[in-house]
Amino acid sequence: MGTEIEPRTYRVTRADLVAYAAASGDQNPIHQDEAIATAVGLPGVIAHGMYTLALAARYVDEWIGEPGHVVELAAKFTKPVVVPAGDDGTEVTVSGVADERDGVRTVALTVTSGDDKVLGNPRAVLRG
Amino acid sequence: MPVDQSLVGRTFPPTAPYDVTEDGLAAFATSTGTPYAAGGPAPATYPIVVAFAAMQELMVDPEVGIELHHVVHGDQRFVHERPVVAGDRLVAELTVESLRQIGGADIIATTSAITDASGALVCTAKATLVHKAGA
Repeated sequence: MGTEIEPRTYRVTRADLVAYAAASGDQNPIHQDEAIATAVGLPGVIAHGMYTLALAARYVDEWIGEPGHVVELAAKFTKPVVVPAGDDGTEVTVSGVADERDGVRTVALTVTSGDDKVLGNPRAVLRG
Repeated sequence: MPVDQSLVGRTFPPTAPYDVTEDGLAAFATSTGTPYAAGGPAPATYPIVVAFAAMQELMVDPEVGIELHHVVHGDQRFVHERPVVAGDRLVAELTVESLRQIGGADIIATTSAITDASGALVCTAKATLVHKAGA
């Protein structure tokens, strides 16, 4: 059961990944350099898994209307988000179902890029 | 060569103190488009900045025997005691919780306790690292 939350779609470009790498300290070149990404067998530059999880957290913050309410956040990184060069990059879509049980508010999330679910069992628990 | 079971239970030294700045928080929030007001609270995934430093200490330790380029992030979980805000000085202390070998990969479950300057727990960050040895 629960309450469905309106899906949102976020554009992700390589410029975003470069900015995130600088802000997070994760400078792994597979998130920035096509030649290195393909050399290790990836289809191209991929987003940091943590970037995608940050979009899931952003979605919850936007739904609530302000940051600071997420007390737990978790997901498995199941599929890479491939980010082509250029201003179009790719799109990541997040949707969620909010629920409350025994006074605990949760959001079960779905995070997709193209046809793929890119996070496994992404979920957030909110401050009561 | 698989990672040795003796790694389980090992706690690594705390990371160097990390000062959370207004600029650092704003850059992190901006890069992911996350709603953010000056000073904080930080985005929910922000503690990865400190947890990542702790994970790197594990991965570069020659005794552990991990090949850095063969590690992928399997999963991540944050439990927040309070939101991170600008002015926090954070350290992370990583403990290896478990180690399994599946299909030639080492599945390393870690917990990083992230504490502030008073020693109070701010966030627990749990990460699973998947190491494909010699892949």
